[in-house]
Amino acid sequence: MSAINLVWLVPLFPLIGFLINGFGRNVLPKSIVGLVGCLSVLLSFGLSTAIFFELEKSGATAYYVPLFNWIQTGSLSIPFSFQVDHLSSLMLLIVTGIGFLIHVYSIGYMHHDKGYAKFFSYLNLFVFFMLLLVLGSNYVVLFIGWEGVGLCSYLLIGFWYKNSSYASAAKKAFVMNRIGDLGFLIAIFVIFRIFGSIEFGEVFTKAAEMKVGSPVMVLITMLLFVGATGKSAQIPLFTWLPDAMAGPTPVSALIHAATMVTAGIYMIARSNVLFMLAPLTMNVIAIVGLATAILAATIAITQTDIKKVLAYSTVSQLGYMFLGLGVGAYTGAFFHVITHAFFKALLFLGAGSVIHAMSNEQDMRLMGGLRKKLPVTFITMLAGTIAISGIPPFSGFFSKDEILANAYEHNKIFWVIGVIGAVFTAFYMFRMMFLTFYGKFRGTHEQEHHVHESPATMTIPLIVLAVLSIFGGFIGVPEVLGGKHWLSHYLAPVFTNKAAGHEVHHLDHNTEYMLMTISVLGAVIAAIVAYVRYTKKHHVPVPDHASRGFLGNLSYHKYYIDEVYDVLITRPLNALSGLFYKIIDKAIIDGIVNGLGKATGLAGKGLRLVQTGNIGFYIFMMVAGVIALLFYSFYKI
Amino acid sequence: MNLFYLIAFLSVFFSLLVIFSKNPVYSVLYLIITFFTFTIHYVLLNAQFLAIVNFIVYMGAIMVLFLFVLMLLNLNKDSEPLKSNIVKIAGVVAGMCLLVTLAGSVKALNVSDPLVLKNPDIGLVQNLGKVLFKDFLLPFEVSSILLLAAMVGAVLLAKKDPKKV
Amino acid sequence: METVTQTIQGVPLNHYIILSAVIFSIGVMGVLIRRNAIVIFMSVELMLNAVNLLLTAFSAYRGDPAGQVFVFFIMALAAAEVAVGLAIIVMIYRNTNSTDINVLNRLKW
Repeated sequence: MSAINLVWLVPLFPLIGFLINGFGRNVLPKSIVGLVGCLSVLLSFGLSTAIFFELEKSGATAYYVPLFNWIQTGSLSIPFSFQVDHLSSLMLLIVTGIGFLIHVYSIGYMHHDKGYAKFFSYLNLFVFFMLLLVLGSNYVVLFIGWEGVGLCSYLLIGFWYKNSSYASAAKKAFVMNRIGDLGFLIAIFVIFRIFGSIEFGEVFTKAAEMKVGSPVMVLITMLLFVGATGKSAQIPLFTWLPDAMAGPTPVSALIHAATMVTAGIYMIARSNVLFMLAPLTMNVIAIVGLATAILAATIAITQTDIKKVLAYSTVSQLGYMFLGLGVGAYTGAFFHVITHAFFKALLFLGAGSVIHAMSNEQDMRLMGGLRKKLPVTFITMLAGTIAISGIPPFSGFFSKDEILANAYEHNKIFWVIGVIGAVFTAFYMFRMMFLTFYGKFRGTHEQEHHVHESPATMTIPLIVLAVLSIFGGFIGVPEVLGGKHWLSHYLAPVFTNKAAGHEVHHLDHNTEYMLMTISVLGAVIAAIVAYVRYTKKHHVPVPDHASRGFLGNLSYHKYYIDEVYDVLITRPLNALSGLFYKIIDKAIIDGIVNGLGKATGLAGKGLRLVQTGNIGFYIFMMVAGVIALLFYSFYKI
Repeated sequence: MNLFYLIAFLSVFFSLLVIFSKNPVYSVLYLIITFFTFTIHYVLLNAQFLAIVNFIVYMGAIMVLFLFVLMLLNLNKDSEPLKSNIVKIAGVVAGMCLLVTLAGSVKALNVSDPLVLKNPDIGLVQNLGKVLFKDFLLPFEVSSILLLAAMVGAVLLAKKDPKKV
Repeated sequence: METVTQTIQGVPLNHYIILSAVIFSIGVMGVLIRRNAIVIFMSVELMLNAVNLLLTAFSAYRGDPAGQVFVFFIMALAAAEVAVGLAIIVMIYRNTNSTDINVLNRLKW
């Protein structure tokens, strides 16, 4: 029995974990809940590892594992089946591996929470749906996973649903995701209409015969991209992700940084054959990704909430991934998905550790000087920060560099803006580090007294992720630096011909050295500026109401995008709903219905006077009726 | 033949007396005579079984029941408040209209064949019994349930309300 | 008996129908002009008997015993009806101390 044939077990384990924890949440003790939650994901991880090695050893490009025939009607046939190839096996490792670490972390982090078992059951359910998303061999199974992770995201953002602003953040995330999902759903319909199938294999084979740039391909890819913008928080649907930080920190790390938000990138990478046929869409993706990257980076600079900084950083990094996809660097984009999963999960978990230590304080203005008290957290987070800033040899450098190099080749302006964004990234990340860990403690005495390093269940995942953040980049060292770029060879079967052609090799080595030097220098300078501003000069961001100057205000208030959406979309929609409610519903529909009721009532009121209760009269009328009937039937008046 | 018209005249005459006599007890007695004329009609039609049943059930059981109730309620006095004349006239006119309409209908149907007893034996007990217990067995049995239900219902309705006692 | 059956021969069916119609109409008139519930009830019996007679006449005319069986059933029904109806009248009398149907006008609205 080979491991690949057992692939259905991978999502099954978390599902079982979900069922056990979900049904036993009021019965099981915390130790068993934590054990079940972690063990189910660990088993999946073990199996994923076996699948990964078996796939590499076998040398085959893809395995197709049918489970059962799900929908069979007319020409529509939707099997419930899994596809194991290089892309999905890597995603399996990321999802289950990081998922496991975060489960372990949650044991410590959520220990005092009343909804402990509920939290673990949701987390397992999320892993289940994410694995379904990754493994599905057709767009419908992918869509089930896609919706499922959206549901879990909603449940977990609103985990502390008693706080109404958290609950509304969950609703916001759900609604914004729905907008994207609609696009994805329509894309699936169009795909079925055009290709007569929704299986990846068939669709891609048939699509290869289509003309490049045909309108229908542009339509399909644009709709898919709309779906991706919703799930992966790109302009214009990105505002839900920062609000999603209302959920517990492990959730932010797992769902809103490492896995779910990369589903859009996974989906586009999976459909790369389609996207290669629509250069117009590719350009749109690149521009949207770049715009998101730079916009989110400029917002992150002035945020004071430690998780908000990381959230905007996530949006910005996702923008880079889309830039990579847009310029055809699928390997680079996917490489960044992997490294980003490492260091962003690390950073979120580190932030969670800080918040845990600070008794749920998230405002960086009230932190400072935590370096001594939280040594493990500090060192691991520093590793993550260096990685995300793109300083070699940490992992972020390699992936970001690959994307930027591809962007340079595609369009030099893309590269310039990308580097500016990278410099911003380095600045706000180091700003966060210096504000949190250096200087004097700015919180209350009680908090200072309470500050402590987190338990081992929380620090061990941090250390593991830190190691991965530092060395994770070596799976994709470019040739120019003497590496073999194992990842691009590994993924080559998935990103076929045209996509694989876009390797870094086209640039000559000197140009590449130059590009790397510029971006690294920029990052280092940004880090130094942050050090000088926040450590040497002890600059602390001003309170909420103080003036920041025009640009500062713009950035601090997130370019007023929420407000703009409110004015442009929410209010007109509400007004329209009000109009429908008052005029069409109340006046017309209710008017008709109530009018009918009233008319019946009035008619009854009038007619009941005929009922005198006098039996003689009734009989008289009956006789009259009989006479009339007989008269009618025999004389045909 | 003339016997039929005599009996028919008596039937109409006594039924008119039924509805026009003021004392309900007289009404009942006239009704008994009317039913007796009906029995004679049945005999003339050679429906012997029906003649016997009519005699026993109507004249015997039902009429006794009527009388019994009248005596029980002590209504034998001429106590009934009469309806106003207008209502009476209206009632008579309505009845006449019905009669005219029915007669007109008969004319319109145009069936005036003389009645010939093709099979004079059908009304005999023996023949009727065969039909009743062959073709109409189920309705016959079901009618027993109806009678049982009526009996129970009558007892329940007529007995004194235990709470009021 | 032979002579009796001979007597009937030659009476047109129409005359039976008209006789029944007349008695039926008398019954209807009785219902319309009387106020005593028991007399109304008797008028109803009159109507029933008119129908019985007509059914028997048709039965004899067509030589079909089914009509006479129907009459038999109608009689059974009438017996049941009278039993229940009189019981109701007794109860009404007990409650209102009258059998005047004009008193019974609460069955409205």
